[in-house]
Formats: sequence, C-alpha cells, structure tokens
Amino acid sequence: MWSFFHRLASPKHFYRFADRLIPWLGWSTLITFIIGLYLGLIVAPTDYQQGESYRIIYIHVPAAWMSMFVYVVMAIAGGIGLIWKMKMADIIASSAAPLGAAFTILALVTGSLWGKPMWGTWWIWDARLTSELILLFLYLGFIALQSAIEDRRTAANACAILALVGVVNIPIIHYSVEWWNTLHQGPTVTRFGKSAMATSMLIPLLTMFLAFKLYFATTLLMRARVEILERERDTTWMKNMIMGSDE
Amino acid sequence: MRLLPKHPKRRKRLALIVLMIAGIGSAVALAAVALRQNINLFYSPSQILAGDAPRNHLFRIGGLVEKGSLKRNSNNLEIHFEVTDTVNKVPVIYTGILPDLFREGQGVVAQGKLGADGVFVASTVLAKHDENYMPPEAAQAISDAQKLKLQSTMTGN
Repeated sequence: MWSFFHRLASPKHFYRFADRLIPWLGWSTLITFIIGLYLGLIVAPTDYQQGESYRIIYIHVPAAWMSMFVYVVMAIAGGIGLIWKMKMADIIASSAAPLGAAFTILALVTGSLWGKPMWGTWWIWDARLTSELILLFLYLGFIALQSAIEDRRTAANACAILALVGVVNIPIIHYSVEWWNTLHQGPTVTRFGKSAMATSMLIPLLTMFLAFKLYFATTLLMRARVEILERERDTTWMKNMIMGSDE
Repeated sequence: MRLLPKHPKRRKRLALIVLMIAGIGSAVALAAVALRQNINLFYSPSQILAGDAPRNHLFRIGGLVEKGSLKRNSNNLEIHFEVTDTVNKVPVIYTGILPDLFREGQGVVAQGKLGADGVFVASTVLAKHDENYMPPEAAQAISDAQKLKLQSTMTGN
C-alpha cells in the first residue's frame, strides 16, 4: 500500500492512474448529480418557513463545504511539496486552486441570490460572508502568484507558503457563526449530534455533497493530467507514450 | 511514525511549517479577540440597555421579534415591533418593506439609531434565518405537540 503512494508520486505513474480512473469518476459524478438534483428539486418537501426558495441550499451548501475542503487539499499538497520537494504535490495544488476558486464563487453567488429575498440584502459584512470572501482572495492570490513567478520551483514554494498561511482562515470560516453574532445562520448539519434538518431534506443534500466531491475528484485528475503533459513534455516516457511505443 | 520524515532537512522544514502556522494562528486569534465587538454584527437588547451600544451613532440591533409586539400603521408603511433576547426588550420603529422571512418569533437584525426615548429608529431591517429546515407538516406536528404538552402541564397543576 505504501509503495502504491510512492509510485503515484511519479508523474508517469500518476498519469496512467488518472487515465484509468477518470471515466469511472466522470460517470459516477453524472449519475450522482442526476439523482441528487432529482431528490433535491423534486422529491424533497418544501420548507415550513422559506417555501421553495430553500432548495438553493442543494447547490450553496455543498459548494461552500467544497470551497473549504479544496483549500485544505491545496494546503496539504503545498506542505508535502515544501517538505519532500515532490513534483506531483505541486501539480495537485496548482490544479486544485481554480476549482476551489470556482466553488467559492458559486457559494458566494448562490448565497447572495438567496440572501436578497430571505434576509432582504444581497450582501452584508458579517463574519461568515467576509471570511468566505477572503477565501476567494486567497485562491485568486495563489493563482496570481503562480503565474507571476516564472521559475516553476520558486513559484511552487511561494504558493505553498501562501496556501499554508491562508489555512488559518478555514477554522475562522467554519466557526464564524458560533464565535461572533452574524446574519448568516448557524450550522444545520453537524458531524456529531443531530442535524437541524428533516431527514427527507438531508438525504438529497448529502447526495449533492457526494456529487460535488466526485466532480472535484474528476476535474482535479483531468487538470493534473494536463499539467503533467505540459511539464513533462521533454521527457522520454512522454515521447514514448505519445508515439505509442510504450510498454 | 512512518508519516514523519526521517531526513533531518525534511524534519527541519516540517518543524518550520508547523511553527509558521502556529505563529500566524495565534496572531490572528489575538487580533480576533481584540476586535471581538467590532466583528460582531449586532448588539443584543441586553447590551444596549447596559449602555454598551454607541450613542448617536448608527449600529445594528439583533434578536427575536417579540411575539404579539408587531403593529402596522394602516395609513403608511410604519411598523412597530420589539426585539428581544428573551431577557430584555427594545422597541423598534421602521418605515419600509420587510423581507420575506420577517415574522414574530423569528430572528431579525435592524440598523439604525437609538433615540433618547429608548426607541430604536431603524433604517434597514433584515431577517435572520435559523438553522432549522423541515416540511410544513413536521412544523405543524411540533407545534401541536408543544400545545399538547402545555395543556397537560396546565391540567396537571
């Protein structure tokens, strides 16, 4: 098992691994999305307070969870890259950044669309919304820093440090609604203890969460594959693979 | 233990990263504690009555809309209600359109100024949603059960 991870650290093996996994992940993403959207938009009952409008949580909440999850993935990859000087770690971190930024934008936009009719405002500078916006800037900063530094090694190190510094923001986002009083409501779904949501509404939410996770895994591998192609274009294994004389 | 790097150079880098995150984490924590009240979005009625809220300045009040306190003016959009934190209450006056979720017994955040008479004159009113999601039938069942419980305790006395 340990040697499996060691092999994955080499771009060549990772490329093959991604190639084999992507179709499976892609199809399961599509199927889970269809089931999740059907359950969420059609099967789940209306809410006693918000009526049909609450259904935006089936996009908003998974997107917000993923925005934090992807950042942690990025920071861990950055840390591994700094300590072990591993090429693949840098590839994973830089492939994850735009995906995380997209999830963050999706969470902010859907939240804003919901906020206008429900709260009465598109935006408010409360702790939850502000810390989520900072998360978006961290992602954008990561992407900008990477494209600003020409040397791959230097860029990878600088970006990894930025990602690790920004990780402080993740617990702040998560606990902001408990540490400070905010307009954003408290957590509905908690890992421990009963969640404040009817089961008939919770199951579609968890299905959508799984769909978002699968989507992330699929697109991360696809992006990593492209990165490998670009970075390893001068290597012999790449030439052999493209010429079809591999194995 | 295999997770920890064996190479001394890598160990040093790991230690540096842990130190960096711990340092930044504590710096941010100290800043957050120092700015505690500034980060809070609103003052509760108890804080306002204790004199914590700024006088003659815009600030936000937050709490629940007291049940039975909502009064509408039939001629214009003027609305009177009380905001409570279940201990203290502050009367609020507001002219305008209320958000969908504004309801008695539900959370509210209003921005405005506290008048000398102790009435909060709001310029904006926002509804604060709670974290409960359930179908209408479930909500009905809960309120029925609560009524039943109330009745049984009353007959029990």
